[in-house]
Amino acid sequence: MANLTDRIKISDRLAGAAAWLVLQFFRLFEIPLSFIQRIVGVRGMPWIFLLPNLAFFGLFVVIPLCINLAFSFTGGTDLYLSDRVYTGTEQYGFLLDCETFGDPITCREDRFWKGLYNTATFTVFQVTFLVLFSMITALILNREIRGRGFFRAVFFFPVLLSPVVVALIWKWILLRDGILNAFLVSVGLDKILFFVSPEWSMFWAVFVSIWAHMGFYTLILLAGLQAIPPDLYEAAEMDGTSKERVFWRITLPLLWPNLLVVVVLALIKGVQIFDEVFVLTGGGPGTATQFIVQYIYNTGFTEPVRNFGLASAASIVLGLVLFVLTITQLAATRARDNG
Amino acid sequence: MADTSTQPRTLKSLITARRGRGRLHWTDVFSYTYLFLGVLLMFGPVVWLVLSSFKTPAGLIEFPPTLLPLGQIEVVVEGYEKPLLLFDVVKEDGTIKQLAQVRRIGIISQMVDPENPGETVSVPIDQRVKVREFRLAVENYTDPLERFNFVGFLNNSIIVTTVATVITLLINSMAAYALSIYEFRGRNAIMLFVICTLMIPITVILVPVYLVVTQMGMINSLWAVILPGAATPTGVFLLRQYMLTIPKDLIEAARMDKASEWSIYSKVVMPLTMPAIAVLAIFSIMWRWNEFLWPLIVLTRTEVHTLQVGLNAFQGELNVQWHYILAMTVVTLIPVVVVFAFLQKFITTGIASSGMK
Repeated sequence: MANLTDRIKISDRLAGAAAWLVLQFFRLFEIPLSFIQRIVGVRGMPWIFLLPNLAFFGLFVVIPLCINLAFSFTGGTDLYLSDRVYTGTEQYGFLLDCETFGDPITCREDRFWKGLYNTATFTVFQVTFLVLFSMITALILNREIRGRGFFRAVFFFPVLLSPVVVALIWKWILLRDGILNAFLVSVGLDKILFFVSPEWSMFWAVFVSIWAHMGFYTLILLAGLQAIPPDLYEAAEMDGTSKERVFWRITLPLLWPNLLVVVVLALIKGVQIFDEVFVLTGGGPGTATQFIVQYIYNTGFTEPVRNFGLASAASIVLGLVLFVLTITQLAATRARDNG
Repeated sequence: MADTSTQPRTLKSLITARRGRGRLHWTDVFSYTYLFLGVLLMFGPVVWLVLSSFKTPAGLIEFPPTLLPLGQIEVVVEGYEKPLLLFDVVKEDGTIKQLAQVRRIGIISQMVDPENPGETVSVPIDQRVKVREFRLAVENYTDPLERFNFVGFLNNSIIVTTVATVITLLINSMAAYALSIYEFRGRNAIMLFVICTLMIPITVILVPVYLVVTQMGMINSLWAVILPGAATPTGVFLLRQYMLTIPKDLIEAARMDKASEWSIYSKVVMPLTMPAIAVLAIFSIMWRWNEFLWPLIVLTRTEVHTLQVGLNAFQGELNVQWHYILAMTVVTLIPVVVVFAFLQKFITTGIASSGMK
């Protein structure tokens, strides 16, 4: 235990030093800002404080969003808008031209549709199992168990790892001569070439992303579980209610708002999946694990002929999906925090 | 949340711990099985990565792999320039002798007895077993420092992370201050605007931000990574939420003392907001250190690669040199582990209270 208190002391001291540094840094601006205040007056100051942030948002979010629209309605391979020709909805027409929407191969831009379907498949499986396992883990960690802090840390730490690191860790395990295949051989099975099979690649894409992100959702659900008043459980125990019934009648209904937030958050992240899977499978074999963000990335940045218009049109489609999901998330969060 | 029981945490009490005083419920068995499997699944891959990163290239391609990093013992034999690999050879009479391999021709290995270097014997390769010892291949870690621009990547990552975090803290806390302390016309409009930017992640505006960054001449400069993500709506919200709890009287008192608005912000409000600032700082460090897609797009020259982009480029190019890839992966992971070990509480409470990542 002495070790632990030492550690806390060191981290306190570090935090103290960092805080001091931050404050000194802020004092650098004292003189110019007092000068500005003399010019604009106190009533103008909020705008001065907002200015840098709004400038960043404007430059890197609002202007790009408008350009994005402009890009999607123009053709050619030039980056500068003045060189691009107006083509109306041609890009969207090209993207959305399908004989039957159920089958990507019949679409003119089949890679886009393959990306959409892959993303949908991935998201459905990933979110389902992610929420399921986060829920189980949170329920278990909420019990009176020994070493809870340790177990919580164990499930949480992969959240902090970079996607590249996560992908490389698992790639090393799943290689042809990796430890998983060694295990399969030792129990009398054949080696499996995981990254040659489309189904296995998708499975591991889902698995690895769950492995990496589960801790985050577990933590939110755990916070939700701990917010349930304990007297409800005590009352149920006095009445001799069975554990199963307590779960369905107390835990689940009271956790529901949190669960909703978690599901929508997971959906928002799932739809944007790129990093881990890109490093793990490269989108392969073929296009089996190529998702919508990778389609945008490939179309706009890696093809020999960079098709910015098409990439923009595709990102607007993605943007619309995310817009709907984010509205849902805000509504869910609001409902949770008010209810 | 902490375990406050005074009972010593022995392994036995860990195993026999139960829910209440009753019989062992099936959920207890399930819980502990799940947790221990979980430890294996979550920790195992990382442990395996670290163990593997200390193996020699020869040790890495071995199948089935050995658990610990082992290296074959080499001996210097009189009359041979290079050190020779040592093997245990089973002789016809069943005894085992240690011989050094001179060369291998097909399935026959020409070997020499280190104690009697004059004569060589031919041994079929299936009758010899490598003599090995526990050895850490530290060169996996030291070589990349000289052969690749690994230190450069590390530097770039550190620069991006530090500068971006400082800018993020500064501009977002300023905005949060404006939105929480002042009542002014247009405040709600600004709040709505900030909420709207929350809905536009970088994946949706990759192409146009690329255009903006190109226009500003920042392609292949670290600023292209630092600036676009500096203003974060989540950061503004987190800090604003915290600043709203600061009593207004404090600020009024400071104004009475003729403090300038900036000194109220930097000397009164900021010190009181430190816990929230710390959370945002930790998140910003994590975001920046782990960022991948955007740096991948704007940093195409090797000199400006960050650690993540560099690591990805390596695994594409050096497909067979896993010993370097694994070692560099471990190095990339170390800062995160250190941060986590010290600041676990900050991070977990930060996530639980704000729901951001």
